[in-house]
Amino acid sequence: MEQAVEARPRFGGRVKFIIGGLLIVAATIYLIISSTRANAQYFFTIDELKERGQSVIGQNVRISGAVIGDSINYDPKTLALSFTIANVPADNKLIEAQGGLAAVLHAAVTDLSRTHMDVLYYGPKPDLLRDEAQAIITGHMGEDNIFQADELLLKCPTKYEEAVPSQVAP
Amino acid sequence: MVANLGFGTLLITFLVSIYGILAAYIGARRNSPALVDSARNAMLLTFPLLTITTVSIIYLLVGAHFQYQYVSEVISTSMPMSLRITALWGGQAGSLIFWSWLMSAFASAVALRKWERDREFLPWVIMVSLITLAFFLILSIFVENPFASLWQTPSGNITTGMFQPAGTSLYIPTNGNGMNPYLRHPGMIFHPPALYLGFVSFVIPYAFAIAALITGRTDDRWIRITRRWTLVAYLFLSLGLLLGARWAYDVLGWGGYWGWDAVEVSSLIPWLTGTAFLHSVMIQEKRGMLKHWNMLLIILTYDLVILGTFLTRSGLLSSVHAFAQSAIGPLFFGFIGLTLIASLSLLSRRWNELRSSVEMGSIFSREFLFLLNNLLFVLLFIVCFLGVWYPVLSEALGIVGQKIPVLSSVFNGQKVTVGPNWYKDITPFFFAGLLLLMAIAPLSAWKSSNAKTIARSIWKPFVGSLLVPVVLIVFGMRLWTALLALWLSAFAALVTLYEFWRAGWARHQARQENLPLALWHLAGKNRRRYGGYIVHLGAVMMAIGIIGIEFFQTETQKTIPQGGEISLGHYTIQFTSLSVFDTQDGRNIARAVVSVDKDGKYVGELYPRRDYYYESQQPLTIVGLRSTPEDDLYVILADWQSLSTAGATFKVYHNPLVWWLWRGMIVFILGTLIAAMPMKEAEKVQVKKAVPVTSKAYSP
Repeated sequence: MEQAVEARPRFGGRVKFIIGGLLIVAATIYLIISSTRANAQYFFTIDELKERGQSVIGQNVRISGAVIGDSINYDPKTLALSFTIANVPADNKLIEAQGGLAAVLHAAVTDLSRTHMDVLYYGPKPDLLRDEAQAIITGHMGEDNIFQADELLLKCPTKYEEAVPSQVAP
Repeated sequence: MVANLGFGTLLITFLVSIYGILAAYIGARRNSPALVDSARNAMLLTFPLLTITTVSIIYLLVGAHFQYQYVSEVISTSMPMSLRITALWGGQAGSLIFWSWLMSAFASAVALRKWERDREFLPWVIMVSLITLAFFLILSIFVENPFASLWQTPSGNITTGMFQPAGTSLYIPTNGNGMNPYLRHPGMIFHPPALYLGFVSFVIPYAFAIAALITGRTDDRWIRITRRWTLVAYLFLSLGLLLGARWAYDVLGWGGYWGWDAVEVSSLIPWLTGTAFLHSVMIQEKRGMLKHWNMLLIILTYDLVILGTFLTRSGLLSSVHAFAQSAIGPLFFGFIGLTLIASLSLLSRRWNELRSSVEMGSIFSREFLFLLNNLLFVLLFIVCFLGVWYPVLSEALGIVGQKIPVLSSVFNGQKVTVGPNWYKDITPFFFAGLLLLMAIAPLSAWKSSNAKTIARSIWKPFVGSLLVPVVLIVFGMRLWTALLALWLSAFAALVTLYEFWRAGWARHQARQENLPLALWHLAGKNRRRYGGYIVHLGAVMMAIGIIGIEFFQTETQKTIPQGGEISLGHYTIQFTSLSVFDTQDGRNIARAVVSVDKDGKYVGELYPRRDYYYESQQPLTIVGLRSTPEDDLYVILADWQSLSTAGATFKVYHNPLVWWLWRGMIVFILGTLIAAMPMKEAEKVQVKKAVPVTSKAYSP
């Protein structure tokens, strides 16, 4: 034990490094906090977003839903892309319990009682946008209750990595 | 038959691994070399066994045996031979086998090295390697079995299983899903194996670190032995990341190369701690400092590698990557938790032995600058880790808000995500800091340098680098952040080149060698140092490309009739023609021809395309790209009318300097390769000094 104490370096370079290091760490924490204030997005399901009503209009949020194929409308002249998404649960456990993402998306699109949300996006139509795709959309709720999308991410679990080839699924 | 062979060898490999773990442990505890040798043979046996398993899967894939679930998921009849082989890592079950196979190959390579000098490490290295392997084998055997067949019940439902459930019949689909067209790009075909090779080879330095902790041989021998393994890991991990970036640029069609997507960041995270480790081991070797820190870094890197393997294959984080939903999450977290706790408790047992008595030099000494480098990389790792886990953390921390009402507005339990802009606000400061360190550190010396000695050697490249922003300002650039970033890049590049020049010139004078030969010998004599500098040069080139695209990218999109034009910057593109046709391999291709003018002068044609895959009902965008050191013109065919005369929509990006990013990657990888090459000269010298060096036993 005593040896260990003796082996400890004298303070000097170490103190300088600790002070400099603490300054850098403090700057990093500041950066993280300020960037979080500016860029953090609440992740809502469509139900949660509708529940909040007026309070979220204009606020930058991220939502996810199942794309309803028939609603996709694209005007290549103006690049205006509109479609409707249906509510899906966000909780992974819940999705798993309901038979996986593909089944959940299928159920969401076919179940007409689900909450729906209209989405408007300007830009080229993404390759993966189609019926029963999961859309993860960043943007804000407009005054007209149409969700104005800035960014569109799409997941299509039906074709790849599913337990059963889709052409044989009941 | 073949499936039974593959699954059988998989089971046998698992049993052999368990035997190896036990034999190694008992052999070490009872001091029985015979048992340890037996464990070593077990480890050597895993490779041929898993090769049989792997070849069995490839056989099933190539022969399109659709009764197997995995085959029907990743293969279709229209896929060529080469893609069927690469489908081995096209899905989760195959990827895990592939991981295990690479792990067994690396473990065997380690087993075959010469162990005379450090035999006491051997049983523990075997144990750690085989525990890691056994964990992945458990996943393959019990959760993600690539040999499971499809079975049809009388009611028509399809189930899967290794063995026939009662009352079912074998179900053989006529065709499979095929590989996602997005993944058929060469960059994506080699991206997963490169990443996996990088992941797997980080297991080896970790195994030696644990062996050092267990045996109490906590000097820097484990670092010297595994130095090259670390570099090999770094080489492949870097290559994997870079190939992924290139793939994104070519295939995803959004004009970028890196989207701060959760899965991307997950594979970057072990690279960050690995880079820190690569630098900090040098301080321990040269100055005997930071022993705890290096242990911590390699333990962290190992568990981040395992976590990265999991995150890239799970549905936990929402991402553009197509995820599999699977039950392997809890198993992964259990394994990561156990190895982390075991490693850290071993470390705490040896804590006092790892103390060093060395005093740090001045703030301009090399060890101080290396420490700063480590601090920046580790903070960058924390930022990235936080970014990836933000959604999970923000939900979980809701409990804090519930318990402490004052904080309930901050920790409200609502899921919060952070996007690319979050990273873009934070990370540039770190990259700038790293560029600055790259400019200063190579001119510093261990222990002794101070502000004066640094200033004496640095003023020439410093003054030279100032020319860059001056010239840019004259040419009209006013964006001060871009000017600063480009100046830092120039500074770092000039210092590195100056280092080459100084040492090369000195050798040229002293030995009467001509300058290129002198440089060649110099790099050959100290491969680690000069390989490292070449890596730095590659990093600076990449930085220039990134600055170009991040600060100066412009884009436009427009629908134009045939003969119509779109202008962007110096460029004008004219829509010449469009053809739509079917191909033999099941694609419908829409291919536009556009001619490109630069400043009114014709410079060539581009062919942006959209391939539609009938089988998977998925279109794939193929960019029309004109790449020069000055800038890239990146044209996407966004949409078209069936009658081509009616017009087509193009999206056009102008990406200045991004050429340097891709060329920088090649330089970066070459530099790593040079640093990782065995060094014959130095070894002889060290052997004479009777320093325990064992690196000649390295086998890639």
